[in-house]
Order: sequence, then structure tokens, then C-alpha cells
Amino acid sequence: MPKDDGIGASTKRREDVRFLTGNGKYTDDINLRGQAHVHFLRSDVAHGRITSIDTAAAEAMPGVLKVFTSADFASAGGLPCGWQVTDRFGQPMQEPKHPILAEGKVRHVGDPIAAVVAETHEQARDAAEAIEVDIEELEPVIDMQAALADGATKVHDDLSSNLCYDWGFVEENKEAVNAAFESAAHVVSLDLTNNRLVANPMEPRVAVGDYDPWGDMHTLYTTSQNPHVIRLLMGAFVLSIPEHKLRVVAPDVGGGFGSKIYHYAEEAFCTYAAKVLKRPVKWTSSRSEAFISDAHGRDHKTRIELALDADHNFMAIRTETYANMGAYLSTFAPSIPTWLHGTLMAGNYKTPLIYVNVKAVFTNTVPVDAYRGAGRPEATFQIERLVDKAARELGVDPIELRRKNFIKPEDFPYQTPVAVVYDTGNYHATMDKMLELADYAGFEARRAESASKGKLRGFGIAHYIEACGIAPSNLVGQLGARAGLYESASIRVNATGSISVYTGSHSHGQGHETTFAQVVADMIGVDASSIEIHHGDTSNTPMGMGTYGSRSLAVGGSAIVKATNKVIDKAKKIAAHLLEAAPEDIELKDGKFSVVGTDKSVDWSGVTLAAYVPHNYPLEELEPGLEETAFYDPSNFTYPSGAYGCEIELDPETGKIDILRFIAADDFGNIVNPMIVEGQVHGGLAQGIGQALLENCVYDDQGQLLSGSFMDYAMPRADDLRGFTVDHSCVTPCTHNPLGVKGCGEAGAIGSPPAVVNAAIDALHRAGHTHVTHIDMPLTPARVWAAINS
Amino acid sequence: MHNFEFVKPSTVADAVAVLANAEAQPFAGGQTLIPSMKARLNAPEILVSLTGIAEMNGVRRDGGALVVGATTTHAAVARDAASHFPALAALAGQIGDPAVRTRGTLGGSLANNDPSACYPAAVLGTGATIVTNAREIAADDYFQGMFTTALDEGEIITSVRFPIPEKAAYAKFLQPASRFALTGVFVAKYASGVRVAVTGASEGGVFRWAEAEAALSSGFDADSIGRLSHPSDGMIADLHGTAEYRAHLVRVMTQRAVRAAH
Repeated sequence: MPKDDGIGASTKRREDVRFLTGNGKYTDDINLRGQAHVHFLRSDVAHGRITSIDTAAAEAMPGVLKVFTSADFASAGGLPCGWQVTDRFGQPMQEPKHPILAEGKVRHVGDPIAAVVAETHEQARDAAEAIEVDIEELEPVIDMQAALADGATKVHDDLSSNLCYDWGFVEENKEAVNAAFESAAHVVSLDLTNNRLVANPMEPRVAVGDYDPWGDMHTLYTTSQNPHVIRLLMGAFVLSIPEHKLRVVAPDVGGGFGSKIYHYAEEAFCTYAAKVLKRPVKWTSSRSEAFISDAHGRDHKTRIELALDADHNFMAIRTETYANMGAYLSTFAPSIPTWLHGTLMAGNYKTPLIYVNVKAVFTNTVPVDAYRGAGRPEATFQIERLVDKAARELGVDPIELRRKNFIKPEDFPYQTPVAVVYDTGNYHATMDKMLELADYAGFEARRAESASKGKLRGFGIAHYIEACGIAPSNLVGQLGARAGLYESASIRVNATGSISVYTGSHSHGQGHETTFAQVVADMIGVDASSIEIHHGDTSNTPMGMGTYGSRSLAVGGSAIVKATNKVIDKAKKIAAHLLEAAPEDIELKDGKFSVVGTDKSVDWSGVTLAAYVPHNYPLEELEPGLEETAFYDPSNFTYPSGAYGCEIELDPETGKIDILRFIAADDFGNIVNPMIVEGQVHGGLAQGIGQALLENCVYDDQGQLLSGSFMDYAMPRADDLRGFTVDHSCVTPCTHNPLGVKGCGEAGAIGSPPAVVNAAIDALHRAGHTHVTHIDMPLTPARVWAAINS
Repeated sequence: MHNFEFVKPSTVADAVAVLANAEAQPFAGGQTLIPSMKARLNAPEILVSLTGIAEMNGVRRDGGALVVGATTTHAAVARDAASHFPALAALAGQIGDPAVRTRGTLGGSLANNDPSACYPAAVLGTGATIVTNAREIAADDYFQGMFTTALDEGEIITSVRFPIPEKAAYAKFLQPASRFALTGVFVAKYASGVRVAVTGASEGGVFRWAEAEAALSSGFDADSIGRLSHPSDGMIADLHGTAEYRAHLVRVMTQRAVRAAH
């Protein structure tokens, strides 16, 4: 049994008390004395040349402090890209400038052209309407394949084309892969789209810039998943503010799902304008603005092919993907379709040869970057749809085809042909667990019952692999990352024994304040209520990389373990002095230090007090105080995996799909807080099912966003989701981090879309609609009906 | 949102007098008007709230008819019409979400005449009478195309008189994002015949499906229209469905309404 509030306990989330009672402190809750407000004038055309901007009338409007255009940012840099991809030919990607305010051209609907700062937001908005902008409209570049055609209009005049890069992985495998396809007994192929999504966190983005001339200090309060990254990128590359003069604070943040990783123009604007105007400057995004200024997700078009031998062993996989970058490179955009996608193309299977080709394309749309799962959902969707299609074409059971080709438990550690080494896993176990929980044996009876009501029942399966906690830093540096991917922690033990933990991870819904406290409480043996977790402020936490890619516990938690161990080591030396014993004879248990084999002991607070009131203390050997910092750089990714089962009922008259059961059997390694893990899986499933059935970000051929509000962008609602069966009893601990944990934040969003689509195809095939081999997401009623009647 | 003046008269006559000002707009639940004002697509100088006029609010039985005041909210109709005209109450209970239903009103919905709104189907499907400050308008004359009605400038709906049918039901297929009707069909059976009104499907707004009415009037049975198909000409085509899909749903939802009618 886990200790109360220790590792393994379903401790209730302590942060929820303030969130649920209205006491959360979000960026929009920060209002500084003398604060002014900015409104951005954004382009309403997708592509055009700015021929003139006249701000005179706006400058004269009531309350206006200043109207900014790109001319005000002549000395500033563009928003930097944090990852440089090298193409198939050894050349760096094309990397256009991303200005804070549009320079010469507008490149997507929503591109900021000018910014008005006024006493109130309403005044700023009124004045923005008085700005006269002349734009010579240019042909918009929307379709990715058309964007790459000879003579296509260029999004960036100074680039050679709209191709960001043409990436091959593993390029050296290409010929061998092609040869495998030549000799294959069976080849199965599938063309598919991974639909473009809008993250839509509950809290829209907000930025407050502040400047204190007394110390020449800048402060930015922002809705960020990684304030240190923003400080580094904005300080060093955009505004030339050294880190010791720049503090970035990300207080309570209401969800991010990736969209709050990136450094955005509005952050740099507010920081800069605050200094120019000597006034705090605030921007709060409206929901409409979020649709056209937050980075979007996914948006891949892919052909994937699988070669099998006569015994149905997988021989090779070959893919060609077009990945939409949008109009500019968002902070980590180039890495998503490459290193976070190509490296996962082995899935859970022993496929000896894999070649992945990705063409990243500039279009006149909002930039695209990581969104919950980031590259891994795209890889999983391709593989799991294709394996299902292969089973149908070969006339074999999709479960057996998977089992036959699974990497077996004894094969770990397993070197894939796409560079990564899976440390642990047991895919047969998760598959068995899922089928048991799904009562798969009883499916046929349930299907007959549905059929009696005129409904088509189907069961869809997907098995995913994901890679969390991208690392190690020296490897990702070779792959083009312009950042490290370690994490930091400081443990500050206070004199009376309470503990302040400063983590470089950032919680925006994940429950770190609860989970991290459980880890420290368990290690030291003190009550979790005596531990406070601090995050999100660069002025008090060591340089950290933040939270994304399901890395917080695996990387940030490991840094906390490392720092806590340093604290315990020093505390044992102090205890040894107090107990007049050797440090190696001291053991710490349940918050008490004792000399092994004796009844001599001193409790935790006795040691901590001695550290800060060192009257009886080995000062010649040991510094006073009890505070340690650690940085943890993982030696590998972690590799969670799981089997997902989705049982649906499809109404053939309308095409509507109802999900009746959804079963997730995940292997997350060791679990610190089962309740929080379950919640994370629920959230991921809701987003994955949202992608599969409802959500779609659609531009028309003029680059206007057709799904620019919740009237047309369908978010999943509670009544779309009947509840989930979530299990994480299959455990193969991670072998290379101290907690043996893997990461659970994105799994649901990665594994569920192919399970849902496979269920729909299964329902249709069982009912004889065998001409339907694929339907692109989202599987709206209209699309399903059209497919049945095609 | 731009600034505006807010008045809340207590009589219809006072409201009509203020609305003579060209810069004034009537305001009931605000479920369409407020978002359009926030988006700066609409900027009235005077908002005339109609919710303080007692005679425009509430549900009452008048012989074989149910009279619903124009400012009665969807939530109130869902509650107070249930024992008199369950199909109308059920329709009101499916509009939007609880927040929308506690603010949105019958009159506001009809004056706006959104082509995907639910209430127009009930009003046209029952042949109801729209009562205004100036006259009574038959449903068949009232709806004149999407967002277009027979109302004159400054004319306000005060109530709607629904003849209570022998049997009726509303079958709504949801647009997945907005949850307006992608296609919604109201079927009502009277001694004199059956009426079928369709919302959400047509570029012309709510309309009656004459062939289905004829077939159902001779036999009120879902199978009697199983072979009918509505043409796709003039149907709405958008992100959520093609014209062909909506035309197909017209028949499917009509059949479902017939089966559900009680």
C-alpha cells in the first residue's frame, strides 16, 4: 500500500481548491498600476502587399498613447525558430523572418499589421478601426501540393520556393526499402489526411509587459508552458535584453496543449511597448483572435505503404507526407513532422526497413506547431489505419496481424530502424488487457442487438507507441534543436523542516503541485502538506525547459529526485554529527534519521534546524544550510504504449457515430498518482475523439478560415463522451529514470483517433459496405453518409 | 461593443414609441444581438428591452390554442407548455444550452428568422398566428427567406398563437458545432390534415414539404413517405453537410418525427 500522499496514492489535486473556488491567479488577473491596453489590427486577407499604412487619424483618437507598426521594430529581431531541420541533401531548411508586426506583406488572416496602445481596450479597438491600410491582394497559397508547383506564388519573396524542407529518414535506407517493396508478396497503401486542429485551451493567451526604469528591469507575465524558454528566445533573439534584466512569469495557466509553448509576437510587443511608453501594457486575446493567432496543430497529407511477405510479416514501410508549416515557422514547427514523427514510424512492430519522406510547406495560413501528441498522433494514425487496412485486404484478424508483428517482450531493448531504442514494453499484455476489459468475446451478441435496431456496431483497435521526454540534449542538438532538453529542480529546506521545491517544469493543468509533492514526501518521509511546489517564475527557479511532450514527471520529476537525494545525503551527514555516528550508518525512514542497529535517532526537523542554527555542527567539513539544485538530462526518451478499443454504433440513415465504449489499457511505467493519470488519459481521449469525430480547421481557397468560431469548429462536449474504461495495470518500468515513469499526458490523444476510425470501418464492413476503405477525419455524419452512398 | 442607451418600457405602446427612432433596436434575450454587438457587426444607439412588458410574457391556454408571449424564454416554454403541447415544449428544451434557454425568447428567434433556428419549424409546422403590436400574421405569410420576415420596421411580435395539434413531434439533427438544426422537421397532425415544416436545410429558410404533407394526410405513417425524396436544389451546402445530405435528412427526420409524434 502506498503511504498517505506518497508515491502511488491517489491524492486529490491540491491546486483544484483554488481553481474551483475562483482563487486561481491567471495572467488576465494581473492588473498593474498605470496599465495600458493594446489592440492588434490584424489582416483580413490571406496574402497581400502592404502599400501604405496611415495611422494619423488613429493617433488622434481619445486615449491613444501610440500606434506601432513594423517601423517601430526596426532594431528588433524576428521571432526565432528553435529547431533547424537538415534536408535530404544535407542543406538547412528555408527559414523566413517572422516579424513582430507585418513587414511589407501580410501572410495569413490574423497576421498583425499594427498595434494601438490606449488607456482602455475599447479605445485601442476604436482607434485600430481608424487606421488606414492599403493592401494589394496577392494570390493566396493554400493547398500544399499546389504551393510546390512550378511557378506557384511565393509566401516569402526572399525564399526560393514554398518548400521549407524535403526530409528523408532514414535516407540511407531508401533504396533497401524500395527493393523490399519490389520483392513483397503483398503491398497495402493508404492515402490519408491528418486534419488541422485548433488547440482551444479554456484560457486564451494573455501578455502583460512591465518595465521598471529604476533597475532597467523588464517583466513579462504570460500564458506560457515554459517561461525560461520565452526569456531566452525573446531576450536573446528578439529584443536584446540580457536574462538578468528580464523576468518572465507564467502564473496559473488554463491549459495549453502545446499552443502555449511558443514565443509569440504579442509577448515581445507588450515587453517592448512597456519600455517605450513607461507604462505596463496588457493584451488579452479574444476567442476569435485565438482562432487566427494561436499556432494550429496537425495538418498532414500522407501516402503510406506497407510491404508484407507471404507469411504476413511486415517487411517495410514507406511514406510520403506533406506537412503544413503555415505562413511562418512557429518555435518548434520544423521538428514535429520530422524528429517527433519519423522516429515513431516503427510503431509497436518489428518492421526492419522504414523510409519516411516529409515535405514541409509554407502556405498563407496560421503557423502550425505541436499540439497534444505532436507528430506521434500523425505517425500512430498512419500505422494503425494501415495495419487495419492490411488485415482486411489479406482477410486476417486485425488483432492477430498485430500480435504476429509486435515486438516481443523478450526483444527489449529494441533498436528500431528509425534511430530510437525502446527500453521496455509488453504490447501483448496491453492488447490482452484491453480485449478483456472490452468483453471482446461478447461483441458479436452486442452487434446483433444493434442490428435489430437498424444500427451498425463496430469495434476498432489501435496500439500506439509514444516517445516522451525528448532527450538527451547532446543528441537533440545534433538533430537540430537549438535548446537543451533537461530539467531543473531546487529543493530549499526551511529551518523548521518544511520544504519549498522550485521546478523548471510548468503546470497548466497537469497537477504538478500534488504529484511532485508526493514524490518528495515519499522520499523523505514527511507529510506532503509541509511541501510547497513553485513553478513558472524565472526569478526564483533555476533555468528549466518547461512542460510539453509528456515530460514533466519523467524529466522534471527525475530532477526533483536527484535534488532531493542531494538534500538527503547532506542531511545524513548532519544527522551523523548530531548522533555521533558515521554518515554511512545513518538511515532515513519516515522522516527520522537513526543509527542502524541502535535506538539513537533524530527527527527531520532536528536536522533541518541544525543546518540553519549550526551551533552543534561540523562547520569545518560542511556548509550550513540545506538547499540543493539538480539538473537532469535523460539518456533516452521514455516509451509509453497501450492498446485502445473503441466500440461504436453507426446510424446508416444519417451517418452518425455514437461511441458506446472506449477502453484504454496503457503501460505508463510506474505511477505516482493513479487518479491524476486517469484524468490525463480522459482529457487526451476527449481530444483524440474530438479530432476523429468533430474538430476540423478549414480554410477556403482564399485563405479565409471557415471554422473560425465555435459555431463551426466543433469541440467535443460531455454528452459526446459516455465515459471511458481506463487501466494502467500493465507496467514495464522505464529503465533509465529514477522513478521508472514514462509519461501519460498525450497518450489518449495519440491512440484514440485510429481506434475510432477503425471502429467505423469495421462497422461498415460487417454490414457489407466493403467499398468504404477509409474516411478522412473528422468522421462527421455527412462524411460517413457520403462514404456509404459513394 | 460600442456604447448604447438602454431603455426598458413597461407597455407595448411605450416600446413602439421608442422604436420609432431609426437608431433604436428591440432587445429580448439578446442571444443573437449581443454577440453581433460584441463583434461590432451591429451598433444600435438605443436598445429597447422588451422583457419588462408583462403582457408579452408567459404561456396560456386559449381553447384549442396555446398562446405564448413573445418574451417567454425557451426554458419557460419547455416547462410551462409541456402539459398542453408537449412537442413544442420538447423543441424549446432542445434549443442551445441551459444558458441560452434561460435568456433566449420565442419572439427573438422568430424576428431573427435564422435559417437553422428551431422555432420557425414549430410556427410554420402548426400554422400558428404571429401577433404583433399592429396586426396578426399567418405563419405561411410571415417567413420570407433567411433572416427575412413580414415584420415592418418598428413592428414587434407580442405573442404567438399555436393551434394545438392532435399529434406532433420535432425531430432535430444537430449541426455538430453550433448545435443548431442541421436539419429539423416539425410534423403536426390536425383533423384538417398534416403539416410538415423543415428548418436548417434550405437557403430559403424554413419551408413546408408539400409532398410529405399530402402523403401523411392520407395516412399518418412513416412508411407512407419512405419512397419520397426531397430535391437538393436550393439546399444549404457548407462545412457540415452537402445539399444532397440535407435533402436526404429532410426525409429521414420527417419519418422520425412521424414515428415520435404523440
